[in-house]
Amino acid sequence: MTAAQWLLILSWAGLTLYALLGGADFGGGFWDALAGGARRGLAQRRLIEHSVGPVWEANHVWLIFVIVMFWTCFPGVFASVASTLYIPLTLVALGIIARGAAFAFRKASTELWQLRLFGGGFALSSVLTPFFLGTVAGGVASGRVPYGLAKGDLVGSWWNPTSILAGVLAVGTTAYLAAAFLTADARRGGQIQLADAFRRRGLGTAVVTGIIALGGIFILRSDAPALYAGLTGRALPIVVLSALAGLGSMALLIARRYGLTRITAALAVAAVLWGWAIAQYPVMLPPHVTVSDAAATPAVLHATLATVIVGMVLLVPSLLWLFTLFQRTPQPAQPNNGPAVTP
Amino acid sequence: MGGLLATAATPADLMAARLQMAVSLGWHIVLACLGVGMPALAVFAEWRGHRTGDEAYVRLARRWAKAMGVLFAVGAVSGTILSFEMGVLWPGLMATYGQVLGLPFALEGFAFFIEAIFLGIYLYAWDRLPPRLHMLTGLPLCVAGVASAFFVVCANAWMNQPRGFDLVGGRVTRVRPWAAMFNPATPLQTIHMILAAFMVAGFGVAGVYAVGMLRGRRERYHRIGLLLPFTVAAITAPVQIVVGDSLARFLAHGQPAKLAAIEGLNHTGSHIGLSIGGLYIDGQMRYAIRIPDGLSLLVGYRPSTVVQGLDRVPVADRAPVNPVHLGFQAMVAIGTGLFLLGAWLGVAWWRRRDLPRSRWFLRLTAVSGVAAVIALETGWVTTEVGRQPWIVWQHQRTADAVNPAPGLWVGLVVVLAVYVVLTVAIGYVLNLLRTQQITAPQEGWAEVYPP
Ligand code: HDD
Ligand code: HEM
Ligand code: HEM
Repeated sequence: MTAAQWLLILSWAGLTLYALLGGADFGGGFWDALAGGARRGLAQRRLIEHSVGPVWEANHVWLIFVIVMFWTCFPGVFASVASTLYIPLTLVALGIIARGAAFAFRKASTELWQLRLFGGGFALSSVLTPFFLGTVAGGVASGRVPYGLAKGDLVGSWWNPTSILAGVLAVGTTAYLAAAFLTADARRGGQIQLADAFRRRGLGTAVVTGIIALGGIFILRSDAPALYAGLTGRALPIVVLSALAGLGSMALLIARRYGLTRITAALAVAAVLWGWAIAQYPVMLPPHVTVSDAAATPAVLHATLATVIVGMVLLVPSLLWLFTLFQRTPQPAQPNNGPAVTP
Repeated sequence: MGGLLATAATPADLMAARLQMAVSLGWHIVLACLGVGMPALAVFAEWRGHRTGDEAYVRLARRWAKAMGVLFAVGAVSGTILSFEMGVLWPGLMATYGQVLGLPFALEGFAFFIEAIFLGIYLYAWDRLPPRLHMLTGLPLCVAGVASAFFVVCANAWMNQPRGFDLVGGRVTRVRPWAAMFNPATPLQTIHMILAAFMVAGFGVAGVYAVGMLRGRRERYHRIGLLLPFTVAAITAPVQIVVGDSLARFLAHGQPAKLAAIEGLNHTGSHIGLSIGGLYIDGQMRYAIRIPDGLSLLVGYRPSTVVQGLDRVPVADRAPVNPVHLGFQAMVAIGTGLFLLGAWLGVAWWRRRDLPRSRWFLRLTAVSGVAAVIALETGWVTTEVGRQPWIVWQHQRTADAVNPAPGLWVGLVVVLAVYVVLTVAIGYVLNLLRTQQITAPQEGWAEVYPP
């Protein structure tokens, strides 16, 4: 394997982690939107707040990691995608800023109207951002982003059947992941009713997303024949794996095996991303720009690879600590710093 | 690979892209500076609180940590916008040189990870970890903040002193990423930036408590809230002047065209005077106070030092003089003023172990944070506008880097609107925090409302 291939795999792994972890945080916003009135939705919103709060910034950095990896290792591809798809990417950027800011502002608020305002911003942007990210993926996957600066159709490249399908699927997937993850969080916190509520939501979104994905097969066949051929050819085993994992996690949800559901739900989503990559490999952008054509010079690739490896040594233990720290049952707060003090 | 050449963007779109970049960067940098400086303040206060059991320190640490939660979140997302904009607005830069300036950004990615992870731990595990361990989790936060600033300014320094690659027929080859990252401008620019971050954070936080003291709240909490950050910033200020002076001297041979624009100097020669103030009108520096031989002395310590003027630069390659000149003047004036303000406290403390008695000290401290931000922004205007018309100094023009797609000005309008709303919202939320009861940073509305 070449350095470029390793780096592509690492970038795709980063993208997968963003889709799973960042995606679940967006899904949290989706359920926050649908939690109902201030009083009725309080318990759900509080669960979402506690699950998302400590980790969302770390989860978000995966996106930055992917962007930076692409611009360093495959600069021409990055420039082509960013210039042709600048409209949805700008919308994604605005969604990201609205989501992060509104969530942080809500945390610092206590009045109901402030919570409503910032909560609304958080919820709305949590839905729009994955949608537009999905349209970007759809545009690239359906071969609508040619190599070169702004060489593609500025609107048609992201507003087309495949893109819209991918956008809707992205929203569905984030909602589904969040429901699956929150179910386990709720049960660990001893909130059985809440766990049941998210279990129902998880099942509901799984069915809806599954139906859309099935229907999507026909869309891809007519709209993105090359992708369709790859998905039903070389990538077929992975597509099947995704479907099985999806069905499996529904069964596990029904059986209330929430811990295992997390794994199968994540597998179902990750398999879609890797299926896409395998279906398209080695072409990165049409007409025929492949991984080796697009790769940066070897010295850059080697330096980046070394950086990533050394970085992972720092990153992985820190990340594991973060997740395990907040996955433990919350202890009754043992105030170290004295009781709350008035200003 | 061919096919990456841009068709030209319209001048209006180019202008819009530059403005959008400037606004997003200028906005992000303020939060970034607080992100670099505030963790150190909070961790220090927390440590003192534990050592001495002094309640004022504990309360300050919690207050600052809570504000950090808001500021970091907004800093992180505004930084993400910047990563998008590098591609969306400047694909020509990224396509050709993305691989050359990529390494510091890749390193920065890991600094961000560490920062985001330990921020989550520091804020949300306040009462979950033993106190000593909790303080230790603040340290990676401090280191990663400084590291992010270092890495990103390495990238910017490379745009000023592009190194570490060969150009063959317009294509980049033989890239040496470490040489690109550690280019001649890197050491001074990164140090100057990191010091600026501590000045902005220090004076900024101190200013908040100065306002409180002006309103008559003079108890220990406010005094320490002023003194601790102010001391950090005041110690930094003189160092910053020394570094800034070296940076200007570096420009004399590293980017002489920029120095000529900074001074509005038309003719190359020796015995060049220093222009203070003034405006560049019709190709002449007017109304400036002149210090004879000043510039020659500053650059080479001798009146006979030759300084290069704009006459050596082709007309098409000259930066606009006024923003660069005025930006520089503002930065130096404020830098000197802040140094004097710090010295005032130093003298009063040396004499009486107390703050200066004059209310003017509090008044000036109250605005010192804003002044530091203005120095920061004008410093960046000096650097960035002074680099024009190049995006990569003497290698690529800004006009050749911009996205050729039409309609970029719409993006500018939207981004401006978003940042206005965001600025108002941040001000509002920080003010909320000021008046709220002090609680541990992980507590918010979810704890306030009964289950
Ligand atoms: C609190 C902020 C602050 C203060 C008080 C100063 N500076 Fe500064 N300066 C910056 C913040 C800054 C900056 C915003 O951080 C810049 C922009 C790029 C950079 O690396 O630092 C900068 C750039 C910058 C440049 C341009 C460098 C280049 O283009 O490569 C010069 C020549 C100076 N500074 C010189 C000075 C001098 C002589 C000062 C003496 C008082 C001074 N600065 C105070
Ligand atoms: C955060 C502090 C910074 C501020 C306030 C700032 C300010 C500006 C300004 C005012 C411009 C417009 C110049 C003009 O068009 O006349 C600009 C352009 C630009 N800056 Fe910076 N800059 C900062 C840091 C950086 C850094 C760290 C980088 C890159 C690593 C960078 C990359 C760029 C790019 C790519 C452009 C557009 C091209 C150009 O106009 O030259 N900037 N910036
Ligand atoms: C001199 C200029 C800059 C400095 C000193 C700086 C520093 C920082 C710091 C300290 C942070 C941590 C978050 C915070 O404290 O609020 C941050 C966040 C960020 N910055 Fe900047 N930055 C600069 C310019 C840029 C530029 C030009 C880019 C991109 C092209 C960028 C991209 C980012 C990103 C993506 C984040 C978010 C990281 C996260 O999620 O935690 N920054 N920056």
